[in-house]
Amino acid sequence: MNKKQKRLLIRILVAAALFVPLYLISEGIVETSVPRIAVFLFFLIPYLLVGHDILRKACNGIRNRQVFDENFLMTVATIGAIALGEYGEGVAVMLLYQVGELFQSYAVGKSRQNITELMDIRPDYANIEVDGQLERVDPDEVEVGSIIVVQPGEKVPLDGVVVEGSSVLNTSALTGESKPVEVGVDEDVLSGSVNMTGVLRVRTTTEFEESTASKILDLVENAASRKSKSENFISKFAKYYTPIVCYAALALAVVPPLFVLLTGAGMARYASAGALWGDWALRACTFLVISCPCAVVISIPLSFFAGLGGASNQGILIKGSNYLETLSQVKVVAFDKTGTITKGNFVVTAVHRSPIDEKKLLEYAALAECHSAHPISRSLQAAYGRHLDQSRVSEVQEISGHGVTAKVDGVPVAIGNEKLMGLIGVEFAECHHAGTLLHVAVNGVYSGHIVISDELKEHSAQAVAALRRAGVEKAVMLTGDTENVAKAVADAVGLTEYRAGLLPADKVRCVEELLEGCGAKRRLAFVGDGINDAPVLSRADVGIAMGALGSDAAIEAADVVLMDDDPLKIAKAIRISKKCLGIVKQNIAFALGIKFLCLILAAFGIANMWIAIIADVGVMILAVLNATRCLFVKNL
Amino acid sequence: MKKSYKIEVDCANCANQMEDAAKKTPGVKDCTVSFMTLKMKVEFEEGADPAAVMQDVYANCKKVEEDCEIYL
Repeated sequence: MNKKQKRLLIRILVAAALFVPLYLISEGIVETSVPRIAVFLFFLIPYLLVGHDILRKACNGIRNRQVFDENFLMTVATIGAIALGEYGEGVAVMLLYQVGELFQSYAVGKSRQNITELMDIRPDYANIEVDGQLERVDPDEVEVGSIIVVQPGEKVPLDGVVVEGSSVLNTSALTGESKPVEVGVDEDVLSGSVNMTGVLRVRTTTEFEESTASKILDLVENAASRKSKSENFISKFAKYYTPIVCYAALALAVVPPLFVLLTGAGMARYASAGALWGDWALRACTFLVISCPCAVVISIPLSFFAGLGGASNQGILIKGSNYLETLSQVKVVAFDKTGTITKGNFVVTAVHRSPIDEKKLLEYAALAECHSAHPISRSLQAAYGRHLDQSRVSEVQEISGHGVTAKVDGVPVAIGNEKLMGLIGVEFAECHHAGTLLHVAVNGVYSGHIVISDELKEHSAQAVAALRRAGVEKAVMLTGDTENVAKAVADAVGLTEYRAGLLPADKVRCVEELLEGCGAKRRLAFVGDGINDAPVLSRADVGIAMGALGSDAAIEAADVVLMDDDPLKIAKAIRISKKCLGIVKQNIAFALGIKFLCLILAAFGIANMWIAIIADVGVMILAVLNATRCLFVKNL
Repeated sequence: MKKSYKIEVDCANCANQMEDAAKKTPGVKDCTVSFMTLKMKVEFEEGADPAAVMQDVYANCKKVEEDCEIYL
């Protein structure tokens, strides 16, 4: 609790200590000889003690011609009640209202703190070595290219490259991925990750302003200022709602008694004209107490903020409440292929029709290609996985557009496409697998082929299924790759629709076509890796960039940024948004429902002031507690 | 030009009122107040002096919400 809250708490406690015995006594001595004025003065003490700031704010509001706010409602209602001789009720309302305010401010402060802790990636200092001594400096002051030292347990303050040491990094604050990452010399480290085991010396590559940690913090902080439709609706609603209920209360105080007086109907129920006016005035005051809009006004932005905070803790950065809202309505998802569904790196996926041991075949192939830096050669080397002794290779001959021939351990090896096989006169077998085929001939005999293709991401198929479960009706893959490969990938992950052979401009057109098919209520999300699909990302209702850690263009263009490249996070983002929007709707329906019910009860004189204030504060507390549920999205 | 300021305010509605007050201040092109992050983002008109404009913004916000604070 901060100072302000503590002061309020003390005021509430003291006022309550005065008020409770006073109330009990006064209930007992109504008929005694204590003059009314004395009772009134006694009650005035706790009333002013607990409510003086509300009264002052209401006066200020009137002076600034911003009359209608909750302070005004409470002031009029309590003064009204006291003027009508209901001292106890008047003070109790003010007291409970302040309890509600205190709770609200405490709860909001608490969740603000929780969320900031979740996103606690701001580094406080950087260690610079000066004359063999470590010196702590502000990360802001470290120049690009400086060497910083990161000790175990410390946050990496700036992005950079490791020049010495190796360690294990915890990147969970950045990616939501709890598996630690090993780093060694020449590898990149990102600011905001936590060094766990060894001392690292890092050459910085960015200034603090440009570092990953600052960018993420900036993004999250800005997110809350892009307000969703629900938030805008509520702030507009509050603007009209409060004046309307004030006039309604006024009408309630004046119209029914006038009606009774003029027509005489029901007059028998009242002892006098004064009692008639008093009864309706009290109903009007009760009406005012109930109508206080705080529950809705506070719980909606709190829900969104908690949702954004919870999502970013899972490595899903959503750039604004408005996108969180749109995300919940996503019915169509368009994917980019490379880097989104597939890993974007080529690997050996199969070895077919090899009469010799597959390992041996790979060894021949890797050795024959060992002088090449082509991605395909590298994938062979990676598949072989052991050290390549180049001295075993001789007479290497590269035949452009065909492949390579070489002698490995003195054995002639030819590796390449069909054309090469034709050239050396070897019969080869066709393959039904999609991907790049490398035929191998050893000693002039066909020895099978190696299939090299882009690998599917581990979770791609699960991700597509999860999207369906999250309510996505249509998932389409857009790719520049050939029909053959596109079909294979689409089949493997369970996508029924795909468009192959697209240029980047075609992708925009495809997305536009899909958007047209969407209609007003269904939203389209495009998921890409941010590499040359920025126009598509910005054209879609929601652009989702994956694996965007460190890619500025993607962070700029996208509305939702997935920090790691796990496609399962797409469905998770949608589920988070749905949960959040669900809670927002619950709160609006629940708070307004209870309010309207109580308003009607109050108008008919069934609900008294006690019920009114308990309904008001109770609804607010429940709505706030419900809103904080948005924060808990880890197991969603 | 855009600038971001840290603020102190007690309730969501008060934050909305501050936002309205700031928007009406001459020299301010647009403004958003986030109650949750306690941040005020102000976009200034071209050629406006942020320091001077913010003084007015501060005064106007104080008028509608006495309890607020803007850390300039």
